[in-house]
Amino acid sequence: MDALTIHRLHFAFTITFHYLFPQLTMGLAPLIVVLKTIALKTGDERYDKAARFWAKIFGINFVIGVVTGIPMEFQFGTNWSHFSRFAGGVIGQTLAMEGCFAFFLESTFLGLFLYGEKRLSKGLHWFSALMVFLGSWMSGYFIVATDAWMQHPVGYERVADGSVQLKSFWDLVLNPWAWWQYAHNMSGALITGAFVMAAVGAFYLLSERHVEQGKIFVRVGVIAALFVSLFQVVPTGDAQGRMIAQNQPVTLAAMEALWETQPGAPLVILGQPDVAAGKIDNPIVVPKMLSFLTWRSWGAEVAGLKSVPKEDWPDNIALLYYAYHIMVGLGTFFIAITAVACLLLWRKKLYQSRWMLWILLLSFPFPYIANTAGWMTAEFGRQPWLVYGLLRTVDGYSKMVSAGNGWFSFLGFAGMYTVLSVLFLFLVRREIEHGPEPVPTDLRELVDSAHMTPAEVR
Amino acid sequence: MATIWFMIVAVMVAIYVVLDGFDLGAGAVHLFIAKNNDERRTIIRAIGPVWDGNEVWLLAAGGTLYFAFPQLYASGFSGFYLPLMMVLWLLMLRAIGIEFRTHVQERVWQGFFDTIFGISSMLLAIFFGAALGNVVRGVPLNPDGYFFEPLWTNWRVGAQNGILDWYTVLCGVVALVTLVVHGSLYLATKTEGELNRRARKVASFFWPVQVLLTIFSLIATVYAVPGILQNYTRWPIGYLVPFIVIGSLVYMYFAHARRNEKGAFLASSLYIIVMLVGAVFALYPNVLPASTGSQYNLTIYNSATGAHGMSVGFVWWTLGMILAAVYFVFVYRMFRGKVRLEEGSDHGY
Repeated sequence: MDALTIHRLHFAFTITFHYLFPQLTMGLAPLIVVLKTIALKTGDERYDKAARFWAKIFGINFVIGVVTGIPMEFQFGTNWSHFSRFAGGVIGQTLAMEGCFAFFLESTFLGLFLYGEKRLSKGLHWFSALMVFLGSWMSGYFIVATDAWMQHPVGYERVADGSVQLKSFWDLVLNPWAWWQYAHNMSGALITGAFVMAAVGAFYLLSERHVEQGKIFVRVGVIAALFVSLFQVVPTGDAQGRMIAQNQPVTLAAMEALWETQPGAPLVILGQPDVAAGKIDNPIVVPKMLSFLTWRSWGAEVAGLKSVPKEDWPDNIALLYYAYHIMVGLGTFFIAITAVACLLLWRKKLYQSRWMLWILLLSFPFPYIANTAGWMTAEFGRQPWLVYGLLRTVDGYSKMVSAGNGWFSFLGFAGMYTVLSVLFLFLVRREIEHGPEPVPTDLRELVDSAHMTPAEVR
Repeated sequence: MATIWFMIVAVMVAIYVVLDGFDLGAGAVHLFIAKNNDERRTIIRAIGPVWDGNEVWLLAAGGTLYFAFPQLYASGFSGFYLPLMMVLWLLMLRAIGIEFRTHVQERVWQGFFDTIFGISSMLLAIFFGAALGNVVRGVPLNPDGYFFEPLWTNWRVGAQNGILDWYTVLCGVVALVTLVVHGSLYLATKTEGELNRRARKVASFFWPVQVLLTIFSLIATVYAVPGILQNYTRWPIGYLVPFIVIGSLVYMYFAHARRNEKGAFLASSLYIIVMLVGAVFALYPNVLPASTGSQYNLTIYNSATGAHGMSVGFVWWTLGMILAAVYFVFVYRMFRGKVRLEEGSDHGY
């Protein structure tokens, strides 16, 4: 394997693993604020306990997010030094701002939120939760703005040595690409947070433990999940799709496996692309739908892959196509199941509907898959460019770092992340087993069920 | 403007070393001074709420370096590829050592996390010292402004540098001893009783070692890096640096002897800052000197970004730092004073 491939694999692996954690951080933070707000407004002890339980999971998740995030910033320099030299003057701005604004805020108030409940007043503790939410969401914006610049470079100028420099700060920070991408990404994170919360609640209800808390988790989870799942498709997903159609037509063609430019282009629901032959096997299509979705007209012409030279095609069309279709398919699934769950909740039948609780419990991995597939769509879709139209991926990696050294650290990360995964699953499972502090009605049930001795019931 | 950003990055690195330095040092000594579970918990509690914020200074400094001196970031990070990857792994191990110990109740796993935390803290201190040594000594930059250093070659300071040679190893040892003293003095300010006594004993034991190593490393630097004193000859005010270094060590000794715990810790902080100032003063205007010839040096002029980026950055950076300072004052005030386990905490520690 050549050096370019291992450097790409290195980044892909570390970023994919990393993003499993921040999506839950960003998804849970606002839900914890919701729980804290209800607790503060109503004085209901149950919601404080719910918030405290989720804070523990949040804390474990946050640590892994932080330690797997540091390598991302480093890798721009270590593995992608030619890209850094080329674009550091521009994207360094957003990355440094993330450090100066988001990380300080987040780390400070997370310390206060996790360790200061007894030292802070109720109001200040609520405020800490709010600031953690704000910090994590700001962090998300700066990263999305950085990626948005790579997808759609703005506010820069070329200088004599071939690199780019910042020309307009506001153009960079308010990149129109970043807005929709951010909205789409954050509601994706919220879907993860809401599904995880609902899944844990469903688990408690199904196993008849922590029932009062389980109901809170399921209720807050499914309501939040339904709203954000809808928001994920309209307007954010739709707007992002059209943005890609306008600015990266080749990417859209590859996502849809559309080879020929044609009016009234069909939307492929299922099928396996055969890139060499330029066709789709076993297609199930909706005629003219793609034209309508992208240009709001049934007969509009949509550019196909063959409209540009092959060297400008994304280099892994099959995977790009699948990533995109998995994302869309799961997005549709989320709307369907949360709509049914909310209907049952409204009819006051949800907590007794074991089949639905099972679906909620087993669905928690899907948002992770959908978010990962979404990012794969964005990043494979950007290929063969590292900075769209400006710098090709093949010109961006560290020429001084050999494939052998790349393998060394790749394997190191693979081992390290295996350990982190085991630890994470072990610790989270432990917290879920331990559960939230019991509320009065739960107390006897806990002792009875002999999952804990009375002494352990604090 | 490039000079200002050079100083800004230097200041951020110095703040990082002073702040994360004490929790690294605390980690390096905690296996030796904490004899039982309560004492170890006390140490974790002393750094628990702040270590993450301290480490953010590394990220913020890295980010600032990235946008202000992209060429330096690109060269330095790819050239120091192997040690940086190891630093990343150590930072991961350390974080899980601190944070996850509180989530398990079994002794055996607590001991496991404690050991990970201790060893990774020690190694990080050595790595950071060696990194600084590499920057001062210079690296084999090629005409394109890139280099790649193997971990070691022949251990000599010369044309075929490795990351580790006798000089950079010495810098690593100096850093370890400095942070051990720094961390022990910090723990002394946060603890009471037996633990406090042992922390002070460690500081007392290592203080003379630190003095000897300081003198030895200054002589070694002048010997190993010819021309390092150029700026000192040019601006003799630089010779204040060794005097302040000695002064801070002396003050540290007396404050420590009189059990002025805060004074001793502040003296140690001053020592670290001035040692770094001395190195930075000697380097200016180079940011990464080339061992292959001074025409290949990376300087603040040939590695900086454009003027617009730097002046815009200055506006938000100032704002960001004011906010960060407010948070730090707030959080350190909130957790001020000695750690008392019986106060309890909802989330471990």
